[in-house]
Amino acid sequence: MMKTGSLAHLPAGLAEQQAGGFWTTARMAGVAIIVPLLAFAFIGPMLIDTDPLAQDYDAVLIPPGDAAHILGTDHFGRSMLARLAFGAQLSFVMAFVTALTAAVPGILLGILAAARGGLIERGLVALSDIVLALPGLLLVLLLLAFAPGQFGPLYLGLALYLWVEFFRVARIETARVMTSPSVEATRLLGFGRFYIVTRIIFPALAGPMITLFAFATGSAIIAVSTLSAIHVGLRPPTPELGAMIVELMPYYSEAPLQIMMPAAAIFLLVLALQLLAGRKS
Amino acid sequence: MKGLIATRLMQLVAVILIVGTLSFALMYFLPGDPALRIAAGRYGPDMMDNAISDMVRAELGLDQPILVRFLSWMGDLVRFDLGHSLVTGAPVIHEIGLQLGYTLWLAVTAFVLSLVIGPVAGAIAGLFPGSVYDRVMLLVAVGLRAVPPFVLAILFMMVFGVTLRWLPTAGFGGWENLVLPSFTLALGLAAMSSRVMRDAMMGVASAPYFIHARYKGLSDRAVVMRHGVRNASLPVVTYLGLQMVYLVEGVVVVESIFAFPGIGHALVHAIIARDVPMVQGTALAMGGLFVLLNSVVDLMCLRLDPRLRRAA
Repeated sequence: MMKTGSLAHLPAGLAEQQAGGFWTTARMAGVAIIVPLLAFAFIGPMLIDTDPLAQDYDAVLIPPGDAAHILGTDHFGRSMLARLAFGAQLSFVMAFVTALTAAVPGILLGILAAARGGLIERGLVALSDIVLALPGLLLVLLLLAFAPGQFGPLYLGLALYLWVEFFRVARIETARVMTSPSVEATRLLGFGRFYIVTRIIFPALAGPMITLFAFATGSAIIAVSTLSAIHVGLRPPTPELGAMIVELMPYYSEAPLQIMMPAAAIFLLVLALQLLAGRKS
Repeated sequence: MKGLIATRLMQLVAVILIVGTLSFALMYFLPGDPALRIAAGRYGPDMMDNAISDMVRAELGLDQPILVRFLSWMGDLVRFDLGHSLVTGAPVIHEIGLQLGYTLWLAVTAFVLSLVIGPVAGAIAGLFPGSVYDRVMLLVAVGLRAVPPFVLAILFMMVFGVTLRWLPTAGFGGWENLVLPSFTLALGLAAMSSRVMRDAMMGVASAPYFIHARYKGLSDRAVVMRHGVRNASLPVVTYLGLQMVYLVEGVVVVESIFAFPGIGHALVHAIIARDVPMVQGTALAMGGLFVLLNSVVDLMCLRLDPRLRRAA
């Protein structure tokens, strides 16, 4: 009785999740994929003492399985193992930071818009509509034109585009929770705005925001690797997964497996994040 | 209807404002003196001296305050005076005119292919929910969604272009150059729309009118085609609006990977070459294409759902 009562203010989908449905099969599969990947990306570079940039022209394009090079080497004789570990770490950290930069202002502005309404809300909604007028990649490309090959504009452009999704969902959810009887009761009992935001709105937003955050991180991984692959993102010799694939393309017939490895790393990272996100409602 | 047109017009205005402002800023922050650069481009570096560059500066109003220059920049933009490419010297509008044709071919082919693959695969899965086919399609769709278009493009290129040698991997010479890029995009789009179609079909298949159509003795084919597909396709078409982002972004990426001579390829090259007028022109064309595709989806929704027509 108490339990259902305390869940009444939550959106229907979230209440179900709290009742034990958060760990779906898809989410468990996502965890099963991402935990070993992150271990490889973060513990790997500590254990591997090979420099991902160290070239060795006596050991070029060695296939995987070699005693000295477990995952083989690329066309400059660089260790694929070291490059993959550093690349996965780079991709994940960049994407995570980008998603966080988008999420924090997005969620806070969403709550602000829903709570204040009026001119502030209309202004922010108009701003988010303007950002969405162009596809995200086009906006990022235009900003990248200021300094191709650098992470600064890439990061800024991605965050500028990704915050909108957080803002929209946070605004709608907050508006719904604000009009619920539980908030009204809390207000009548004399609790302040701060209490309502931290104790009722934040918990209500947690579920949808986790979903959005996982999707945003996946999108950022795709965007960074894509832009690097078309030569406007990060540049070689940085061990970036997308750049690695394109660098190795001319050597496909000699070393097909080496191309597959960074491709598989991107695929598994994005897949795990999308599974973790669950269904987008 | 009026509301829809107004929304799309506003979107177009936003596209022009964003692209124009960013391009102006790009021109402004580009290192070096634009008057010198333009004079060198016009008369050749050998013929140029300070007197000529001052003349160019006065002629183009480059000595005016920034606000005046910005307004005249936007004025040119609105009159479709997009200037000349800094690299080739050709009028931007002329270059875009050529490339837009290729891009439209690619976008439309991919769009149509995805409309054939996705909904059909999804509708069959929706008619037999829980079957082996349904589960396999789920895995395929989840997997395809996690593959970025550029990775899929490279895989196709390696398998069908390099190993099997069935299709060309780059450039444009005929329809065979369209196959790999459009399939790359179509599969990504179909992966998403097939799940929407599957859920919609499942819903329709358990609706009273669908069951009634069966009871009154219509053949399976008639039931599915007449009562199933049309009702189930509405959410798919609505969802297409969201997919247009993927399509336009994908066109840029896939054109670059396959060296396909369209707008997206030109945009990426213009960015690398810092060719600001071309960056502006191609970005405007892509943005315009995005608005156009969105409008097409709006019209499809209206066509499919009479309720929307009455409301609008």
